[in-house]
Amino acid sequence: MFVQFSTWDIVRNLLEGGKWTLGLSLIAFFLGGGVGLVILFARIAHNRLLQSLAKAYIEVFQGTPLLMQLFIVFFGLSLAGVDVSPWFAAAAGLTLFTSAYLAEIWRGCVESVPRGQWEASTSLALSYPQQMRYVVLPQALRIAIAPTVGFSVQVVKGTAVTSIIGFAELTKTGSMLANATFQPFLVFGLVAAAYFILCYPLSLYAKSLEKKFHVAR
Amino acid sequence: MAYQFDFTPVLDNAGLLLTGAGFTLALTAVGAVFGIGLGVLGAVCRAWKLAPFDRLFGLYVEVIRNTPFLVQLFFIFFGLPSLGVKMTEWQAAVLAMVINLGAYSTEIIRAGIQATPRGQLEAAESLAMTRTQTFKHVVLRPALAKVWPALTSQVIIVMLGSAVCSQIATEELTFAANFIQSRSFRAFETYFVTTAIYFVMALLIRQLLIQLGQRVVVGRAR
Amino acid sequence: MSLVKISGLHKYFGSNHVLKGIDLDVAQGDVIALIGRSGSGKSTLLRTINGLETIDKGELVVDGTALHDGKGDLRALRQKVGMVFQQFNLFPHLTAGQNVMLAPTVVKGISKRDAEDIAREMLLKVGLSDKFNSFPDQLSGGQQQRVAIARALAMQPKVLLCDEITSALDPELVSEVLAVVRQLATEGMTLIMVTHEMRFARDVGNKLIFMHHGLIHESGDPKAVFANPQTPELANFVGAVQMA
Repeated sequence: MFVQFSTWDIVRNLLEGGKWTLGLSLIAFFLGGGVGLVILFARIAHNRLLQSLAKAYIEVFQGTPLLMQLFIVFFGLSLAGVDVSPWFAAAAGLTLFTSAYLAEIWRGCVESVPRGQWEASTSLALSYPQQMRYVVLPQALRIAIAPTVGFSVQVVKGTAVTSIIGFAELTKTGSMLANATFQPFLVFGLVAAAYFILCYPLSLYAKSLEKKFHVAR
Repeated sequence: MAYQFDFTPVLDNAGLLLTGAGFTLALTAVGAVFGIGLGVLGAVCRAWKLAPFDRLFGLYVEVIRNTPFLVQLFFIFFGLPSLGVKMTEWQAAVLAMVINLGAYSTEIIRAGIQATPRGQLEAAESLAMTRTQTFKHVVLRPALAKVWPALTSQVIIVMLGSAVCSQIATEELTFAANFIQSRSFRAFETYFVTTAIYFVMALLIRQLLIQLGQRVVVGRAR
Repeated sequence: MSLVKISGLHKYFGSNHVLKGIDLDVAQGDVIALIGRSGSGKSTLLRTINGLETIDKGELVVDGTALHDGKGDLRALRQKVGMVFQQFNLFPHLTAGQNVMLAPTVVKGISKRDAEDIAREMLLKVGLSDKFNSFPDQLSGGQQQRVAIARALAMQPKVLLCDEITSALDPELVSEVLAVVRQLATEGMTLIMVTHEMRFARDVGNKLIFMHHGLIHESGDPKAVFANPQTPELANFVGAVQMA
């Protein structure tokens, strides 16, 4: 059996894979954001133990390859008796990866809120949660928007690594098409273009947010 | 019955893993030297607005930063040969790492160059230094010193990212791990140990580059 | 009966002994000017009074709320002690009115409506009733500092601490802030201020404290102390300041 692929066939198949890339990116970004928020609160908590645990979590995920994280989730969960699909392992792995990076980015934002803001709210007798809720987080949030959007680009690109554990997203689809069509230059060129189309608007948006923020200051 | 962890197959093959780790480090070292070199070149073109190179580097930076490293690697290794550019998996891996790091360091170093205080440039100009002399003696070192922590982080990111080079059969650390797990069927144990090795390497590279930064870039031995 | 009573207060920054046994009584309605060179401990002393700096040893009592060796109910203390900072430290994401309303609503649980009434009254007091809806970056430095005073007053503190509140202001904006402080003093507010405005300290204060090397070196009626310093250090300091 030998199938002839037209360029349109290639594009159509890549679009199919692209849908999974997009879906995985969204899931990892939003779930990762949620988990990241928990890690952030642990990281900036007054409790030393929570702080150290969160710090270790961040350092491990930032100090090891995403591919290894995916392997460990994939093989680790199957050891635990959970029957994992590549899809589930990919989503879980990328969520953890994203949460660590976002927590660290957001910690930087919280710490860039000037000391004077803490002192002023302390002198007004606000408790630590009240200071966070009413004074520090609203300001940190404004600072955080641009780098958070910027990091979403890393999440989209990170999804490519999930092809290695067999998740049929854009890159995996591309590899299969390249093998089937013997047109790797065209196929991987199109794959790269597809990622660029997903990522470049996010990069531009992050940059414009950053500029706007600097002017606003 | 609960799963019994068994690290013996991994430990028996520790030599393979260490050799792989050595190759990963070598790959990273070559990638870092040429990647940062490329970054300095790109940053100068961008900062000085040298037409047409500033535009070309701008395009290059955006393309690389907005596509995955794995796809860049596949494009180089599988795609380029159809244009008659053939290379070994090692050459492809090194090239991909240099190109990738080059793009990020162009942006990082450019930011450092553009943060040079105006007074420094005016002082150099008032001493009748040329633009090249000013760049070499006044601008470059402080700029690199300023962005050295960012460059260090980027080198580590590239080192960790090089794990995917196993996909084109470059025989680095992850390739060795894949080989061991396919023989021993001890995937979790193998990747657990491999992950730990990557973690230690990341710590080592950070320490090394911080030391190097102090000695060479800042130029102040402690 | 003293409103603020400090006895045997010691403070270290690491191995640096910055306050070496301070004793101080402040009565209701006192206006105290703390002066001294930078590093003399005057700002640190001020900041210990509402717990921004911890106390390593000694006792602090404000209107019945006590800290023994730094331990005690800090939030209760802070509700009695207002503070105004050199850099204003207004909350940039809140309007002037919201800056003033925040602590009464959040800390005291006062309703939004009542807090707004308080905020309007306090802004009126500092001459900024028309700036309720302005954000800090739309206000001049002098106006920001007056909002900061209103914010502190809204908690109805027993004593107000002022930490070099005119030092970050352009010279032409200093007088509008000092006018507000002077008004507070005549209304009977208890004030403790670290200041470089010697004339203001002399004219408005009823007690002057000169700090030197972490101790109260000389104190008394401002006019008398300025006219006739008893120690060479103060004479030196007064001379240097007047020369400048």
